[in-house]
Amino acid sequence: MSKLGIIISKEYLTRVKNKKFIITTLLTPLGFLVFFVVIFFLMSNESDKQYNVFISDQSNTNIKMPDDSKRFKFIKSSDPMDSLKSKCNRGEGDAILVLPNFMGPDVKNYTAYYYSDKTLDIEMEAKLSKYLESSLRNHKMQILSLDRTVLDKVDTKISIDPEPISDNSSNRTKYTSKIATLLGGAMGYIIFFIIFLYGAGVMRSVTEEKINRIVEVVISSVTPTELMLGKIIGVGLVGLTQIIIWMILIPVVYMIGIAIAGVNVNDIQAMSANIPQEQLTKADEIQFVIQEIMNLNWFKILGVFIIYFLGGFFIYSAMFAAIGAAVGDDINDSQSLTMFVSIPILLGMYAMFSCIREPDSNLAFFSSIFPLWSPIVMPAMIPFDVPWWQLLLSILLLFAFAYFIVFIAVRIFRTGILMYGKKASAKELLKWMFTKQ
Amino acid sequence: MNHLLELDKVYKEYSNLIAVNNISLKVPSSCIFGLLGPNGAGKTSLIRIITGITKPDKGTVRFHNSYSNTNTSSLIGYMPEERGLYKKMTVGEQLIYLCRLKGLSKQDSLQSVNYWLDKFEIQSWWNKKVEELSKGMSQKVQFIATVAHKPKLIILDEPFSGLDPINTNLIKDEIIQLKNDGASILFSTHRMEQVEELCEEIVLVNKGKNVLSGHVKDIRQSHRENLFIIETIDTISSFEDLDINVVKQENHNITIRLKDNQSSNQVLTNFIKSGHQILSFNEVLPTFNDIFIKTVNEFSHE
Repeated sequence: MSKLGIIISKEYLTRVKNKKFIITTLLTPLGFLVFFVVIFFLMSNESDKQYNVFISDQSNTNIKMPDDSKRFKFIKSSDPMDSLKSKCNRGEGDAILVLPNFMGPDVKNYTAYYYSDKTLDIEMEAKLSKYLESSLRNHKMQILSLDRTVLDKVDTKISIDPEPISDNSSNRTKYTSKIATLLGGAMGYIIFFIIFLYGAGVMRSVTEEKINRIVEVVISSVTPTELMLGKIIGVGLVGLTQIIIWMILIPVVYMIGIAIAGVNVNDIQAMSANIPQEQLTKADEIQFVIQEIMNLNWFKILGVFIIYFLGGFFIYSAMFAAIGAAVGDDINDSQSLTMFVSIPILLGMYAMFSCIREPDSNLAFFSSIFPLWSPIVMPAMIPFDVPWWQLLLSILLLFAFAYFIVFIAVRIFRTGILMYGKKASAKELLKWMFTKQ
Repeated sequence: MNHLLELDKVYKEYSNLIAVNNISLKVPSSCIFGLLGPNGAGKTSLIRIITGITKPDKGTVRFHNSYSNTNTSSLIGYMPEERGLYKKMTVGEQLIYLCRLKGLSKQDSLQSVNYWLDKFEIQSWWNKKVEELSKGMSQKVQFIATVAHKPKLIILDEPFSGLDPINTNLIKDEIIQLKNDGASILFSTHRMEQVEELCEEIVLVNKGKNVLSGHVKDIRQSHRENLFIIETIDTISSFEDLDINVVKQENHNITIRLKDNQSSNQVLTNFIKSGHQILSFNEVLPTFNDIFIKTVNEFSHE
């Protein structure tokens, strides 16, 4: 085995065999499971406490009482305000809704008053305003002698379905861009996260070796290039291992989660059968979306994901490695130098979010070929059918730049790891790029 | 060329100082060779050039022709003054990793590491992490890491610092054993009594220059100051008829310096004639400590 191979396998194995790695790799999907289950129960369990709300109707409109629900019980009362308040103080009620005088059909804004010592939560507010809105609407229609069926005919539900002009363009439906946006955003974010997490891992490993001086022994056995590349590749493979394990575990765990939450496909179908006509199309939509996701060119998407993960990881972890070598005896003073890495990568993240909103913009084109950003932006853009030539240009620039950055980083690295004492300034780093060994 | 290592006019300059200024030296095979010098003299820079960590601006570093096809790094074992090991790795894994980086196969590494752990009777440390070891213990591991790949040139920078007398002797014996087995040891230290005890040849560098080099015995001889110490039974009160130059008198011990053209035999004859009973008569050779201080000071005042 070559020396590079020995370093890679050491970096890889010591990390993968580490208890912390095993635990986080296995527990993260479990964490997702717990997260989903908790969310599910939070969403499905309404608060069990019922609120008693007095309605003091002074609007002169004959407003209908809203229906009671699990959370609210409505009591119409003509008692004066003072006695209602004292009832609330005695614990017979929780809130008083005062409906002031309604001036007539020309009124566009209407304010009701909610008296309570308890907070008006969002659900409550939405429910009350919806109830008042529909009540007043009915009242206005009555006064204006409007027929409800006529009025319903005025509204038209609009949807715009995109269709391609040229034949060879892939068939798009109205869901394509939504799915692409979500999927692209998720991919860009995952790549950002992995590069940052494992890049920082490379930096820590370099600094540790420098601080405990083992590097002096190692560097008399191998070249700095071998050491740096060995670390980058070793740590990168750990990242890849983790991603692959998660790719397998998360869907499995997700299914278990669905089983635990007691929701199965039949339930969903039964539920959709019970909902009114308007919402039944939602179920159809889900069918469409699933179909759409299956139709995506996953081979291309995952291929691009891996290529850009590799390119991006090389670029950023080489920068991290150079910074790790420049840090002095105190591992904590790396912060001001890490800024050189975190700023471009964060800008890349923001560029990515703007690109998936407007994938045809000039910014999107530039970001998808600019090598510091393309590892985040291109995987996010790929569900939007990026032209082949743009993809190839971007990959070419990515690897040319990765090569260049590794070349520069090695020059900083080999000088930095042998310097002891205080951390280097940005100016010194620049100088090290040009020092001979 | 019969030397293991030959440096020819090696020169290395950093942005603000000349670290190594035209140093030439030859390290013979099977020899303990001292590399001496005050702090900041350029020893570490020189060692880094020999190990290939840095390259000289000018001059050459060459190993014996028989190693021309061997990778230099496998010829050298280097124990830096600032010790370092992977704290989170176990002793066994770590030693095998470092051995393999030097070019040994997995099998050979395992064999060699086992041999050394057995030799030091620390086989039980195999699965211990370095962070669990004491300073002296990790020093032993560090020593094994330096020599386990059977290097021809072993560079030891202050190998005894932090060791108790028992472990110091243990390592000292190993160094001598390695030398007898054919390896050369480049030994850098500030402890001059160790130089006198172990080294056959030395080079003394100061401010990047070679200021003194040669065999330890020759150097001491060439620095002799014609001092002798005479021990007598009775205390001598008058030196008039002895024709000697007394430097110091302590009870029965008299330290004298020979006058010009005076031989030690003449002094001895004078003593015998005077009837004083002599117990011993010895030349006082300068210690390496004295030579070191004197040479460095002279050089600094130039």
